[in-house]
Amino acid sequence: MGKTFYGVELPNPLMLGTAQYPSPAILEEAFRASGAGVATVSLRREGAGGAGQTFWQMIADLDVLVLPNTAGCHTVKEAVTTAHMAREVFDTKWIKLELIGHTDSLQPDVFQLVEAARILSEDGFEVFPYTTEDLIVGERLLEAGCEVLMPWGAPIGSGRGLNNIYALRAMRAEFPDVPLVVDAGIGLPSHAAAAMELGFDAVLLNTAVARAGDPVAMAKAMMAAVEAGQMGFDADPIEARDMAEASTPVIGKAFLS
Amino acid sequence: MKIVLNGEAREVAATDLAGLLAECGFSGRVATSLNEEFVPAGLRAGQALADGDRVEVVAPMQGG
Repeated sequence: MGKTFYGVELPNPLMLGTAQYPSPAILEEAFRASGAGVATVSLRREGAGGAGQTFWQMIADLDVLVLPNTAGCHTVKEAVTTAHMAREVFDTKWIKLELIGHTDSLQPDVFQLVEAARILSEDGFEVFPYTTEDLIVGERLLEAGCEVLMPWGAPIGSGRGLNNIYALRAMRAEFPDVPLVVDAGIGLPSHAAAAMELGFDAVLLNTAVARAGDPVAMAKAMMAAVEAGQMGFDADPIEARDMAEASTPVIGKAFLS
Repeated sequence: MKIVLNGEAREVAATDLAGLLAECGFSGRVATSLNEEFVPAGLRAGQALADGDRVEVVAPMQGG
């Protein structure tokens, strides 16, 4: 059955971002209609009008698990400081650790990621590292104290789906007992279903829903997809083969030629 | 004194971090840093400010 995330069992395998929606009302409806159980959030400079407080109230009213991120951080120090601020503001030990290494692809800087993960884990954080599909990096993150790994499907916001399905499958095989989340790159429900069919434990996505023409409908579609993919994986699918294998029995067929 | 608050130069009367938040009207869920170091809420009252200090005040925001 489903693995726990630092002891917490998720109600379903969809983690949904809260950015880029056409309006707060649509964001709220996307969560309510889909039933997503985890919301990713961030920290930004507070303005005079207290916009952050209004946003926080809406998230609190959704009654979901909150996963703050360190989006936009490029150094260990910056990420660690942001994590401390997030822990205080959101009152959670969970932190989605993002350490960006490349401007165009937003590829994680895995060297700094491992270092920051170690510092934060030692400080009592429960780290959800946004990483690549590299197995050795995954191993180092686990050694650093992470109990969850979140490899990218494709670059953030690209909607390309699972760029390296071979490596993701290898990751699943290498870390059978670790909760694995495909984080980023999902564009279509079929991408999300494919991740779950690999045996991943959850999918984290944002842009695919928030930027869809109908975000509420897409949120529901994504939930249906991750649940279908998970059921399919649990049902032990057949192996693919190159040639046909008749499904209709040959025995008893009438002789007609 | 002159400080930099969320990237903008400001002239303020407050002498510590807690006073600065009150003076500038921040309330609710915010976190603070002083010269790129996190300052927990419980330590803001005793955290003296000096000319040229850089203060960041952050709050919950949408994120992916």
